[in-house]
Amino acid sequence: MSIVDTAKQAAQGLVQGAMTKLVPLAPDSWIPGGRPDPLIDRKHGLIGTPLSRRDGAVKVKGEARFAAEFRHEGMVYAALAHAAIPRGRITEIDSAAAEAAPGVVLVMTHRNAPRMNKPGVFGSSPTAVGSADLSILQDDRVHWNGQPIACVLAETQEQADHAASLLHFSYAAEPSTTSLDEAKANGIEQGVFMGQPLLNRIGDAEAALAAAPHVVDRRYRTPRHNHNAIEPHAATILWVDGELVIHDASQMVTAQAQTIGAVFDLEPGQVTLTSPYVGGGFGCKGLWDHQIIGAAAAKLAGRPVRMTLSREGVYRVVGGRTLTEQRVAIGASADGAFDTIIHSGLSIMTPHNNMPEPFILGTRPAYACPNITLQVEVARMNMLANTFMRAPGEAVGTFALESAIDELAVDLGLDPVALRIRNEPDKDPTSGLPFSSRHIVDAWRSGAERFGWAARGAPGERRDGEWQVGMGCATGTYPYYRMPGAQARITLIREGKAVRAKIEVAAAEMGMGTATTTAIVGAERLALSMDRIEVGYGDASIPGAIMAGGSQQTAAIGAAIIAAHNALVAELLKLAGNDSPLAGLSADDVGSEDGGLAKLDDPDRRESYASILARAQRDSITVTEAASPPLEQLHWSMHSHSAIFCEVRVNAVTGETRVSRILGSFDCGRILNPKTARSQFRGGIIMGLGLALMEETQFDERNGRVMNPSLAEYHIPVHLDVPEIDVIWTDNPDPHTPMGAHGIGEIGITGVAAAVANAIYNATGKRIRDLPITLDKLL
Amino acid sequence: MSLVINGNAVAGPSDPRVSLLDHLRETLHLTGTKKGCNQGACGACTVLVDGERILSCLALAVQYDGRRITTIEGLDAVGDLHPLQAAFIEYDALQCGYCTPGQICSAIGMVAEAQRGVPSHVSTDLAAGVTLTRAEIQERMSGNLCRCGAHNGIIDAIRATMAAEIMA
Repeated sequence: MSIVDTAKQAAQGLVQGAMTKLVPLAPDSWIPGGRPDPLIDRKHGLIGTPLSRRDGAVKVKGEARFAAEFRHEGMVYAALAHAAIPRGRITEIDSAAAEAAPGVVLVMTHRNAPRMNKPGVFGSSPTAVGSADLSILQDDRVHWNGQPIACVLAETQEQADHAASLLHFSYAAEPSTTSLDEAKANGIEQGVFMGQPLLNRIGDAEAALAAAPHVVDRRYRTPRHNHNAIEPHAATILWVDGELVIHDASQMVTAQAQTIGAVFDLEPGQVTLTSPYVGGGFGCKGLWDHQIIGAAAAKLAGRPVRMTLSREGVYRVVGGRTLTEQRVAIGASADGAFDTIIHSGLSIMTPHNNMPEPFILGTRPAYACPNITLQVEVARMNMLANTFMRAPGEAVGTFALESAIDELAVDLGLDPVALRIRNEPDKDPTSGLPFSSRHIVDAWRSGAERFGWAARGAPGERRDGEWQVGMGCATGTYPYYRMPGAQARITLIREGKAVRAKIEVAAAEMGMGTATTTAIVGAERLALSMDRIEVGYGDASIPGAIMAGGSQQTAAIGAAIIAAHNALVAELLKLAGNDSPLAGLSADDVGSEDGGLAKLDDPDRRESYASILARAQRDSITVTEAASPPLEQLHWSMHSHSAIFCEVRVNAVTGETRVSRILGSFDCGRILNPKTARSQFRGGIIMGLGLALMEETQFDERNGRVMNPSLAEYHIPVHLDVPEIDVIWTDNPDPHTPMGAHGIGEIGITGVAAAVANAIYNATGKRIRDLPITLDKLL
Repeated sequence: MSLVINGNAVAGPSDPRVSLLDHLRETLHLTGTKKGCNQGACGACTVLVDGERILSCLALAVQYDGRRITTIEGLDAVGDLHPLQAAFIEYDALQCGYCTPGQICSAIGMVAEAQRGVPSHVSTDLAAGVTLTRAEIQERMSGNLCRCGAHNGIIDAIRATMAAEIMA
């Protein structure tokens, strides 16, 4: 087995001990990103120019067609019925009234659903993305309160909804665990995330804590959250000659098509899954029961099906972020140097999934420290499977860590910015790897200057009428990820003396601006203008698999385009032949320049793409290539960073907190499109304000039912809650990533809750360690 | 009965349970108006009825006999786009785009309310007429949820475009 094959396995989550030892030791030049991407040095191109998003016009006109907006002849509407117990069996189903109701086409329960395979649960194979290790509508078992247990199809949505309300179920309840205390009493296990235990031990952290002159040792709690994308999950589904067609809302088109296909014993080519627009994702737009139930019902009824979850249905069928209980203990000497960090605690998952909220991930590379213990343990509860939600781990982990650092700064009498800079590591303190790019101190200094941090007073010192005013700060962090499996297909199409290019990637556009940045990067790589670039995405028939998750899509696409461009250059040189000015040159000698190829050190030797194609009598050329294995992540410690500054006003009479100012100072590699990047950062920060102050999925510990399954009762920030958000960035390219860029979809939410909590402490002298910081906690 | 939607008379639904939102989306195939919650909590379904903004998910279509309904598809365009639509692109007032039609229709109705002098929760003087400060716009747009976090861009786009004469 070659080193590359070994490496591919490693990168596919089967990280072997040998591999993780080998890759760090390899010379940089063997590693993707070992030689900086030439685009990093191109300073005057499209990269870094603020450009409006390409899909803006169709979206503002309401012309962008979302999953529930496709129509097919003979289509019927689906409505789901949900279990009302947390665990047990369905003993009786009374469906007579529903079946007799006007317009009803089908009532499907486990008794008449077609036989289906269990969807592969996330992590069980490289393409499996099932939400839980459970079969769907195949038996009488109930696994969570709210589980879909029947589907009604009718000619209209009103008829389907009414008929579903006429279904009656009897249950034989079985013992269930729906309280946190009970779950803990049942047993606690080591959390395992992406095949790796969530456990780091360096030195003896507890002994160092006992010996440390200054100590904070605190417990922090964060509740369940729901993503609440404004588009409810939906799919329009039909069968055509035994093949399945799904118009879906998906962050992972290819893997989702493959997982659904396996449920119905279909080959990969027999599932067409498109998802051109996704109305918000944040981790929730994946494979849940509704697509599989919809496909089964469409098969049974022989009619196309429109499956739209109600807003309540989203809370019953689509999991959110789970709760955490965290301990952060830091021991330090009087000058602020950390002797020890302990960040440990518990999160909750179900018996049927494996998603411990990995709240220690952001702590691993954070601070220089000789003694570190990090651990996430899990207990299990009978509930809907929890899942990834924006910055899983870091969003809530930074709340605990960065609150504790603020508490330590108070104890030491040090400025919290200075305390963080004091403990800046020169290499990753847990992995020992060198950082690929870390300019967090610059981010802190420029942020503090711009925010006016020096004006911060002592706790409880500033007051404006009945409003107490305070400032806080925190570090945010999120890793650079690049997952294996990405491919890009580039087609050059000759049009007279010019060409246009189509770049296709199996990626998802949920509003991050992916289609736009892909066009920017493609135009730069191919040396064509933006208007000559078409981008295809959101379709499982495109080669490769790219997930809009882990903030990795930009890097994955970037690496795939690099590979495809290299292949394109080689193919064009073959076509160019001996009559070209490029004759005799190898692919390493030439690059793209001004609509064609040119010798790198002699740009006069050049030929346009159109000329090469014309002489070869070709109308077009297509290449498809896979990205390099993402070994850079094993060779360097790769992270994005931010310094968040926040000013709050807390009403001394009502306890209400208003965020009056907030600044995010980001160190996230090179920013590709400042316009859409600013929106990404702001969006993350706003979700962080919700996390800090209002968001909580309320879970009834008596019966495991979500109690606030609506946008009226689950509060998210509204316009009046959102101040003008200032965003700056270092714009230092990471020399080891495609384009020097990092993904930026998740970093924004990290650090925000701690910055708000720390500002509230500065305003009021009250330390709240239990999110959300609602007004009752401040009275 | 008939409804006048974007200037065209169209039949109402035969089933009186059908909301104006579902009638638009499922019968008339005007899917620019979005369904986010179907219970009046998110604003994605906002349309204009005789110039006033309403939540079409909470409206039964049969209640709107003869009324003039304007959806995102029927805004007065200058060229291809209504000026506010153009400003939404310019100020990056959207990401996923799902709440966007509702935000735009709501903003147009909101400005008309302000021009009529309707006060809001943050108005300091109920009799003095309305100046659309940033806070006034934020308060008045708070019924339109956005989860991607385009709030700053949305307010900027509205301020840059709409009814400059009553802006602060």
